[in-house]
Amino acid sequence: MDGYTSTMNFFATAHASFVQVALAVSAFLFVIGAVGVFVRRNVITVMMCVELMLNAVNLAFVAFSRAHGTIDGQILVFFVFTVAAAEAAVGLAIVIALQRNREDLDVDSFNLLKG
Amino acid sequence: MFAPDQIVLWAPWMVVFMPLFGFIVLAFFGGLAKKQGQQQGMMVLATGCTFASLFLALLTVRSLLSLPAGDHGLHFVQPSLMAFNWIDVAGFTVPLALLIDPLSSTMMLVVTGIGSLIHLYSIGYMSHDEERVRYFSYLNLFTFFMLVLVTGSSLPLMFVGWEGVGLCSYLLIGFWFKKKSASDAGKKAFIVNRVGDAGLIIGMALAAAKLGTLSLMEISTGVATMQREEFGVFGPLTLIAIALFIGACGKSAQIPLHVWLPDAMEGPTPVSALIHAATMVTAGVYMVARLGAVYHLSETAMWVVAAVGGVTAFVAATIAIVQNDIKKVLAYSTVSQLGYMFLACGVGAFGVGIFHLVTHAFFKALMFLGSGSVIHGLSGEQDMRQMGGLRTRMPWTFWTFTAGWLAIIGTPFLSGFFSKDEILLAAFGENKFLFGLALLTAGLTAFYMSRLFFMTFTGEYRGTLEQKHEAPAAHGAHDGHGADHKADDHGHGHGHGGIHESPAVMLIPLFILAIGSVLAGYIHIPQFVEPAIRVEETLEHVAWMPYLATAVAAMGVWIAFLMYAGALRELPAKIAAKYAGVKDLLEAKWGFDDAYDSFVRNGTNGVVDVSERVLWKKVDAGWIDGVVNGLAQVTNDVSQGGRLLQNGLVRGSAISILAGAVALLSAILWANR
Repeated sequence: MDGYTSTMNFFATAHASFVQVALAVSAFLFVIGAVGVFVRRNVITVMMCVELMLNAVNLAFVAFSRAHGTIDGQILVFFVFTVAAAEAAVGLAIVIALQRNREDLDVDSFNLLKG
Repeated sequence: MFAPDQIVLWAPWMVVFMPLFGFIVLAFFGGLAKKQGQQQGMMVLATGCTFASLFLALLTVRSLLSLPAGDHGLHFVQPSLMAFNWIDVAGFTVPLALLIDPLSSTMMLVVTGIGSLIHLYSIGYMSHDEERVRYFSYLNLFTFFMLVLVTGSSLPLMFVGWEGVGLCSYLLIGFWFKKKSASDAGKKAFIVNRVGDAGLIIGMALAAAKLGTLSLMEISTGVATMQREEFGVFGPLTLIAIALFIGACGKSAQIPLHVWLPDAMEGPTPVSALIHAATMVTAGVYMVARLGAVYHLSETAMWVVAAVGGVTAFVAATIAIVQNDIKKVLAYSTVSQLGYMFLACGVGAFGVGIFHLVTHAFFKALMFLGSGSVIHGLSGEQDMRQMGGLRTRMPWTFWTFTAGWLAIIGTPFLSGFFSKDEILLAAFGENKFLFGLALLTAGLTAFYMSRLFFMTFTGEYRGTLEQKHEAPAAHGAHDGHGADHKADDHGHGHGHGGIHESPAVMLIPLFILAIGSVLAGYIHIPQFVEPAIRVEETLEHVAWMPYLATAVAAMGVWIAFLMYAGALRELPAKIAAKYAGVKDLLEAKWGFDDAYDSFVRNGTNGVVDVSERVLWKKVDAGWIDGVVNGLAQVTNDVSQGGRLLQNGLVRGSAISILAGAVALLSAILWANR
């Protein structure tokens, strides 16, 4: 049963299992994060939205892990945590560097890669 | 590791790679040696490498001799002399391996032995040259390639050495490249050799196609099973033999590809001794002897080799008579003696050809180094008419040169006597006309070498150097090299005004070579190398032959003595006046250079014309450039559009990633619906 059908079932039957609820929450969080990344202009907000997306994925992993009765998904979550921590460290370092050098945190004002 | 059968497994590789090691050090770090002492260290290092190589070669030969004889008495090549398969295509393999047998080890000893002595001599000879480190690096590289040539176990590996020595020859002939004649001579040598090398490549291709192997051993054994008609006048094996012989003609300066060797005398004199007398130019003889089993079976190829050799020996000897440059006489003498070696091979006496190669390497290297000593002593003078009376002024050079002179003219019981005698015997048994030519050449050889000897060392000094008391400005500039040295920055203690004997570092090699020139004939090389060549040699001994050869040589010496040191000194001028036609022909070197000049120039004008109008302006500028430029234009146009996508905005990239992810996910979901 794929994600789309399960979500539809959830709305149609209102007898949702725990997994279906969790997946719905995960999708909801992911969309909030994605929209945030696109519409917000402050670098720090964008990074927070990215964290939100990562955690939405974590939730999906855990949900699937429970659905399948295996531990693989939960292990992957730890990897995601690690990567997210590293990403946050590097990203915040960049933010500090930007603030010091340009005194500006608007993502649209950085376009050095323009071809 | 040090048992004889173990030594032959690693020592040959060391022999080959020692000079390469020297070259690498000198080529990459030689530039760091700025001071006099450091540069001398580099020179000593290079010389040390070749001496180490010589020592290992001696070790190899000693171990080889103590091994049990293989089939045909051959001290056989070990499989472990193979490094890896160099070429391995569709069942056709060429291993990178060395072939160590009596023939290649003889050559190895000649190359490392004469090579080390000439390195040693060069330390003295090149001591004033600014670029001596470059010189020694080339010399080491040459030694490496020459060793590859003689020890390579297959034709392609031999070819690597063959081209490598050609390259080094080019670099060393044009060593003083600021002088136009030297750089021209280098180019001439290289281009003429290309003609020969084309023949060699064709021969290799034919051999690979016909015999399915390029291994020297397998070719030699393989041809024995061939049908008789394969060796007919235009049989495939005859064509292979002749194509390879064209390569030998180029490298060993045989008519009609001999024209580069006399010009090669523009190089430093030790180079002339090493490359253009003792080693590289004998590579052709080595190859023909190495493939003796092939040549031996084809009457046509044998006839071609013998005829070219005999004619070259005679023609070059006649040209040598009228040369006045001491090195040019020796150069033509070398061409002539190489002709002798090919004559010997052509009449089936391959071992005798190698024998003469070895004895010639000694006495010709000796005489070239002796002439270098004379040129050094006379501050760059090469014209024999400006010499004379050097017997008392350069006694050591004189005595060693005498040994070389006596050896080449065939004085009884010196080395040249034995090898030349056997060549005459072999020719006598095969072809009376070629025998006559060879005998006549022996007389001519005695004549022109004696002419050189008497003009240089006896009589009165005819030059002008003695009168000049101030130091000649360009003492270090031997061979007319125009470097500007200050007269007072020379290391050694002899005066620079007038004639002087050379330093000990130059005289020691002369002594050793003189001893070799006297004694080399007592090692009977034909018997030693015969098992490797796999051709039975039967020389019928004719009792009167040594007497006849000696008498002819003595007559040559006597005439030369009368004309250049004795009572008949006006005679040469009179003969020249009376037979002006002959003199002009000889001075024009039988017109080979002129013929090439007009033939190549006229013949190539048309080709150049077509090449310019069609190949260059239409094909190259029109089509090839058009395609290349067109592709670049299209790429440019497309990317002008493409760069709009890359707007540098972070959210632009983010949207691309998201769009990609959504597209991918949709595709997967749609595919699994």
